[in-house]
Amino acid sequence: MLLALSATAIVILVLLWEVCWPSISERIERHKAGRARVADSDTLNGYDPGRERRAEQRARELLRSCVNEEEWGMYRDLGFLRVWGAMADGPQRGSRTNGAPYAYLLYPHKPVVAYLPQTGRLLSEYCVEFPDESRPYGSARLPDSDDVLAKWMALTADERRLITTANMHLPGRQVDPKQIKRDLWRLGQWERARLREAGRSGRVSAS
Amino acid sequence: MAGSMRFLRMKPGHGEILVAAGDVDVPEEERELIEAFRRQLDEGLWAAVPTTGSGGRRQAQMVRHFDEIPRDADRVIFFPRAAGGS
Repeated sequence: MLLALSATAIVILVLLWEVCWPSISERIERHKAGRARVADSDTLNGYDPGRERRAEQRARELLRSCVNEEEWGMYRDLGFLRVWGAMADGPQRGSRTNGAPYAYLLYPHKPVVAYLPQTGRLLSEYCVEFPDESRPYGSARLPDSDDVLAKWMALTADERRLITTANMHLPGRQVDPKQIKRDLWRLGQWERARLREAGRSGRVSAS
Repeated sequence: MAGSMRFLRMKPGHGEILVAAGDVDVPEEERELIEAFRRQLDEGLWAAVPTTGSGGRRQAQMVRHFDEIPRDADRVIFFPRAAGGS
């Protein structure tokens, strides 16, 4: 009886092996080919994740040294910067603001988004890039924080020039309005927490 | 009194690199800085000086000529010029 069961089990295993082995083998080969392709394309493009990480670290330090402590905290905690607009009637070519204060959100490698902080109304997207055509490592793309710093410098130094250089689009073309609404909510929370913290420190230092 | 000034350039895959450094009060070093400044602009880069405005507000000042760089600036940052994106 035991012998018969063992023989049956062996037969079943052999049959299963025959049926499954081709698909298992194909999957293994596909996996190996995929890994080789990723490695090849990385080598061809000169992409080195370690170098990119170090580049981003340097870029973050440079950004930190240029913006104020609040802006740095905003970027560190939320991943974007807010810059207040300075043109009297709002961003050129964009929606008019009738004198209401407006601001921009600066994301890495995404369009600059203009909005009205009082109402949260989105005004427009300004698509702008800073391509380095010398492509030292095969890519014209600056590290994320350098891209944000380039936008910040261009906006704070010469807002009109940057806005006229950029391609203007209606909100929502590239940056999801829902994401912006969430980010504005997060920014509000972040600012409130900062104010509370400042209040607590003020009380502590006064006592 | 002015002093040492550094020229930094943003680079893809690297972060910033030091392009030149020198003391603007030393004529020979100032000349080298001027040449380095021209080279970067000839390569199509923009140049900005991070500054602190009234009330401690941080901002940047774009410079198109060496003379426009504040004498007391400690660094000038060169970055690729802006282009309209898609």
